[in-house]
Amino acid sequence: MVSYLSPNADEGVKRRILDYLGVGSVEELYVDVPSEILLKEPPDIGRGMNHIELERLVDSLLPKPPRLIFTGGGVADHYVPPLVDEIASRQEFYTSYTPYQPELSQGMLQALFEYQSLMAELLGMEVVNASLYDYGSALGEAGRFSMRVTRRRKIVIASSVNPERKAVLRTYLDPLNAEIVEAPMDRESGCISLDHLRPLIDDSTAMVYIEMPNFYGIIEEGAEDVFELAHSKGAIAAAGVDPLLAALIKPPGELGADLVVGEGQHLGSPMSFGGPSLGIFAIRMDMRFVRQLPGRLIGMTKTQEGLYRGYCMVLQTREQHIRKEEATSNITTSSSLMAVRAAIYITLLGPEGLRKLAEKIAYNTAYLRKRLSELDSFSVPFKGAAFKELAVSSSVPWERVNSHLLSRGVLGGFIVSRFFPEMDMGMNISLFSTTEKHGKSEIDELINLMREVS
Amino acid sequence: MGFSQARWFFEDGLLEPTPFEIGRIGEGGVRVAEPEEELIEAVGSLEEVIPKELIRKELKLPGLSEPEVARHFNRLAQMNYGVDSGSYWLGSCTMKYTPKLVMRVADHPSIRNLHPYAPEELAQGLLRMLHELQEMLSVITGLPNYTLQPAAGAQGELVGALMIRKRLGDLGERRDEMVIPETAHGSNFASAAMAGFKVIRVPPSSDGTIDMNALKEAISERTAGMMITNPNTLGIFEDRVLEIAEILHANGSYLYYDGANLNAIMGWVRLSDMGVDVAHLNIHKTFSAPHGGGGPGAGAVGTTDELRDYLPVPVIVKEGNKYRLSYDVPRSIGKVRTFYGNVGVLVKAWAYLKMLGSDGVRESAAIAVMNANYVRKKLMECGFDVPYGRGRPCKHEFVISLAKLRKETGVRALDFAKALIDRGLHPPTMYFPQVVQECLMIEPTESDSLRELDKYVETMREIMKTAYERPEEILNSPKNAAVTRVDDSLANKVLWLSWKVYEKQKSQEELYR
Repeated sequence: MVSYLSPNADEGVKRRILDYLGVGSVEELYVDVPSEILLKEPPDIGRGMNHIELERLVDSLLPKPPRLIFTGGGVADHYVPPLVDEIASRQEFYTSYTPYQPELSQGMLQALFEYQSLMAELLGMEVVNASLYDYGSALGEAGRFSMRVTRRRKIVIASSVNPERKAVLRTYLDPLNAEIVEAPMDRESGCISLDHLRPLIDDSTAMVYIEMPNFYGIIEEGAEDVFELAHSKGAIAAAGVDPLLAALIKPPGELGADLVVGEGQHLGSPMSFGGPSLGIFAIRMDMRFVRQLPGRLIGMTKTQEGLYRGYCMVLQTREQHIRKEEATSNITTSSSLMAVRAAIYITLLGPEGLRKLAEKIAYNTAYLRKRLSELDSFSVPFKGAAFKELAVSSSVPWERVNSHLLSRGVLGGFIVSRFFPEMDMGMNISLFSTTEKHGKSEIDELINLMREVS
Repeated sequence: MGFSQARWFFEDGLLEPTPFEIGRIGEGGVRVAEPEEELIEAVGSLEEVIPKELIRKELKLPGLSEPEVARHFNRLAQMNYGVDSGSYWLGSCTMKYTPKLVMRVADHPSIRNLHPYAPEELAQGLLRMLHELQEMLSVITGLPNYTLQPAAGAQGELVGALMIRKRLGDLGERRDEMVIPETAHGSNFASAAMAGFKVIRVPPSSDGTIDMNALKEAISERTAGMMITNPNTLGIFEDRVLEIAEILHANGSYLYYDGANLNAIMGWVRLSDMGVDVAHLNIHKTFSAPHGGGGPGAGAVGTTDELRDYLPVPVIVKEGNKYRLSYDVPRSIGKVRTFYGNVGVLVKAWAYLKMLGSDGVRESAAIAVMNANYVRKKLMECGFDVPYGRGRPCKHEFVISLAKLRKETGVRALDFAKALIDRGLHPPTMYFPQVVQECLMIEPTESDSLRELDKYVETMREIMKTAYERPEEILNSPKNAAVTRVDDSLANKVLWLSWKVYEKQKSQEELYR
């Protein structure tokens, strides 16, 4: 019955194998399972569907995606070049396992080394691991990392950090008796306030963490001062970053960050309801840090006789399969294929392409802000420069705005109070995002539709 | 059987060069949309849009045209080995074939282009698929409640351990120890430690199953739970699992199940019937999602009703015919991942189970087990040593020891594995579990044909023979992969962890010369 996927399920073949094994049926291969728990019948999940039935079912369940997407909140509608999909669809990449046998897996190892190298250059850092699950768990690992390196327990984060990621950080630090302190932002600019931050950082601080852009889309203009402040107390200076923004503004490494986390889904992967994604984790080449790094790490080397360049996993003694409960993390399967996608994407765009793309997004964001300011019912509550994401306040209910937009095939902003009322601060905020898929006419259309509501 | 992996030469000593060596600093292979003149006029120059002092001056990335990028990465792909290349007997990894239809479903434009904060009305179809996946997993495992949030098996372990920890806290119990068999996957130890538990190890008994006396000694009023893998990593079904569960439950402790080896018993035993309280399932092992060269995978976590209120938020709720995401889980451990998990991977499991149906689920597992038993018996006949479980059927995998071969020829499990590579086969898992000397852990799957099983067995027999006759030939393998043996001790010494680090070190070396 499943012989179309399992050749030996063919009755004739099965009979031959069972005869060789000297058993009458496959049931006899389960004699070691106590009879009181051995199922007599398969659990009922319905009958198997044929290919056409299943495709039709999928089509019937899924609606057409909206024409235009302006929703923010950490995932945005970026363009995925076809070559990225094409290469990532090669079975040698997508069906392979973690490259435990380096000689047979040079392709994946080199692709991951290239990801590490390209990402290091983009972020102005030196060492990037071969991927973590997502931005949020990368932040969780960053918190644990900073506590191991500094042997301190206070984590200071900006209140404007994305609440999804805050929640993951809390979960990851919960067993460690960590103290997580939020530094309030300046309500006018949307940037972190150094005056609020300064008294929170002391000799017990393991890590100071800000995001670029932050939850409200604001670029932290005082990042350099924040990192300096962290260093003055011996804390790890950490940044979360949208890697596309790093192509446009001084990268976190240049601003003084010791540790960078981020989301790589923006680099050539579809939104896919938020996952799979690509957790970026980058550090300086400092052995105190490298030894505490979570996740896989690929190194360049040579073949044993010294003739050829080769690649393999390195510093595996940090990892769970060797170090067990002393490992720097429990992570095994992470997001290799997403890292390969990012490597293809970065190489394909090149420095000028990435820069142009980031500039376009910056211009789009500024244009969206300018056009919104013309509307009576909407305003942008924070004055700081924004990138890709924009927080917008409204005097009319957002649900009304969004349903009007949706009736025209346009997906509006993310209503912050839907999941994170504490981040709304009573300002009735919706998060918009704009990407390279939008131009002037798309933004104008959005504005015109919003005007119709107000 | 002959095999030669693609090996692309660029020049002496160099296979395919990196983009840093062949790329240009400048334009790449995509014509990026530019902002319209009118739009720029409306907002002003870049300095008016982005703080001037923050604008990046230099970006030293390589750029390549589209054909160059295509060739580069296709060549890299050719220097890699996947499940569609050939047999991939990596124990505890379940390298089964991924039906292409499953890939197509995940690639559906309405899934790819769905924003995680899209209104629920747009997400109904996808939420239904995820909810149905949970229900099907519930039926298969008997555990009534599921979360699909964990991004991989190990993150599922962390979720399970955190749920146990929080539940115990609510009961006012101070239990800080997790009991783990020595044969367990390394991630079990690491996950328990991450969740704040002290790890207590129990050795296996002489028959390869958990030693009941050691278990009884290991547990105390401080035991929060035990993490088991069943069948275990020796491929043996823990037939005293009910007794184990009883001992734990009588002690007020929980039984955690590591689902890495579920493929053997899917459709044959329900986890709930084994007394399991909480379990993770590897979507990328048992449920056919591909491994992606090390992810993305997904790790569903199932629990009994007692632990339901501790699941990560949000949970998918079905009300009438409508689905929604609910954050109303009062005792939730919180979130371990942003949004809702690796959805693009999870829908593959949904499609896979829809394809298999009830009978297919049970039959797939049986074929995997049958194939493993076939290979085990064949290898035993060839003289390979199966140290554990000889007197009973194995499940989906088993372990052989090459200790004798090493003693008599100097050929280690590692060398044996490299010889398999030369013959076009992906080696089994090596040196795990650590209780077996010179061990290879072998897991054929239900995707392998009889011809392939026979070919693999015959190849192993031939390698063994060659090892006795001409051991140096084995010790010098591989010769037919893209590269000969990679120097990992050099890699760990020089630590060329990125192109930047390598260049810096190279220039320093030149300075000293």
